[in-house]
Amino acid sequence: MHVQQHTLTRQSVLYSEKIAEDVFILGFQKNFDFEPGQVVGISVEENGPRRLYSICSGKEEDHIAILYNVVDEGYLTPRLSSLFAGDSIWVTEPRGDFLYDPGPSFWIASGTGIAPFYSMLKSGNFDRKILLHGERHLEKFYFYDEFYDTLGHNYIRCCSGEEDPAVFHGRVTGYLRSLPSLPLHYKYYLCGRAEMVVETRDILIERDIPFNHIISEIYF
Amino acid sequence: MESLFGKTLDELRDVTVILGLPSYTAKQIADWLYGKHVFSIDDMTNLSLSARKQLKENYKFGTEACSKVQTSIDGTKKYLFNTSVNKYIETAYIPDSDRHTVCVSTQVGCKMGCLFCMTGKQGFQGNLTAGEILNQLHSIEESSRITNIVYMGMGEPLDNLEPVLKSLEILTSEWGYAMSPRRITVSTIGLLPAMREFLEKSEAHLAVSLHSPFEEERKMLMPVQQVYPLNEVLQEIRSWDFGKQRRVSFEYIMFRGLNDTPEHVKELTKILSGIRCRINLIRFHPIPDTPLDTSSDETISAFKDALNDKGITTTIRASRGEDIYAACGLLSTKKLLKKS
Repeated sequence: MHVQQHTLTRQSVLYSEKIAEDVFILGFQKNFDFEPGQVVGISVEENGPRRLYSICSGKEEDHIAILYNVVDEGYLTPRLSSLFAGDSIWVTEPRGDFLYDPGPSFWIASGTGIAPFYSMLKSGNFDRKILLHGERHLEKFYFYDEFYDTLGHNYIRCCSGEEDPAVFHGRVTGYLRSLPSLPLHYKYYLCGRAEMVVETRDILIERDIPFNHIISEIYF
Repeated sequence: MESLFGKTLDELRDVTVILGLPSYTAKQIADWLYGKHVFSIDDMTNLSLSARKQLKENYKFGTEACSKVQTSIDGTKKYLFNTSVNKYIETAYIPDSDRHTVCVSTQVGCKMGCLFCMTGKQGFQGNLTAGEILNQLHSIEESSRITNIVYMGMGEPLDNLEPVLKSLEILTSEWGYAMSPRRITVSTIGLLPAMREFLEKSEAHLAVSLHSPFEEERKMLMPVQQVYPLNEVLQEIRSWDFGKQRRVSFEYIMFRGLNDTPEHVKELTKILSGIRCRINLIRFHPIPDTPLDTSSDETISAFKDALNDKGITTTIRASRGEDIYAACGLLSTKKLLKKS
């Protein structure tokens, strides 16, 4: 006998919106509670392959949203991007421990790795947080208004592909290297692609941040 | 041009249909590709000349020679293969009396970001095809001597499940390499849905990277713990019949002062209770920018004894090929860093 599988349940898509080049936000019916920072498994078929996505909506909102980047050669994201309101998707219950910490923290994200932090923000959890967000293009700081309104200058955008006087030109790793020091008592939450997470972690360790203060969520 | 090497018998049947060749040709091609050790379509001498011509016009054979090989004083060899994404993968050949083990890679780089892993520092460059996985066995000098295969090289095998399962099918089928699945071990950090599918579809042994029995500690070492916690992985393993024909083992890298204490022995005993398994203790080979250090030989030995006393079969994996950086990711990452 096998252990209970993480069951997929059918949900209706409420909206699918393209918010930047190749980036979509997909909202669907909510039939479970979750903690900001958790992920759900998504499939477009009942028995099809599933992938994990961070929830990108607030805990009290009446629906669940995920954020994703379309990978042309991928199986799932091109299919997800062609869905409309009323279409069905299959969703697992939420899981994961990349959760909000009330203490002072750096949130460091690249690309759609911003999703768990946006979920925390939308759930009212953002005290003593400094957010670094890395993107290649300026248009991809799609949540700028909400993050800036809440975090002010503690929302730091790092753009490697385009220049803007209000934005650090380079990657988040370049920004971290440019800082003379980093607070040792802060926690550092990293979310995004492995390359960013691994390189950032190396920098933090070089700067004597205890590695039990580094919490990583990797998109795979 | 598409490769023949790495195709299953069903896929070769599709090839024969496309080219209008007799259906029995598929089995003949499979025999040349995997049963006989040839490297070109011209060598498939029981195929008609026109069949060979058609194959050559539409497909390449698909094997790739290694670009570099290093030999350790202990006989271990490290092969470096160039891949379609122009990055290197590594294959280790490890002789040990009458046992000849090959450790194959399944991805170029890795996405999993484990704190102790050199491959992770390359980032992720791409998945290997079944042909590229099998080429690591076919194109090494010791090909005919291989007795055991471990999927423990670069990459997380179960993050590239389909080609891995396909390569296992080719390795274990009568029309393929006809190897026993009991001589093959696939390693994983515990990607739960893929692990379940692997257990359903293959009979090869399973090795799980454990490295700490404590949740918070394992999270620091292995980000995957955030989404697929060890307790769920163990719960799944408990539901399968291990310990007879098929084995499950746990890999445990020893880090000084972190996961090598009596509390770890106690907790390991607790969480592995009821699972017929083996623990392999591994010396940590320090990598650049790591806060981790390797446990002393005395500590590793005492840890092994303590686990054995608790009834868990525990061995210390001999370090091999240290003079040629044979541990996973070391050689190709050095080459990559040098290049950049």
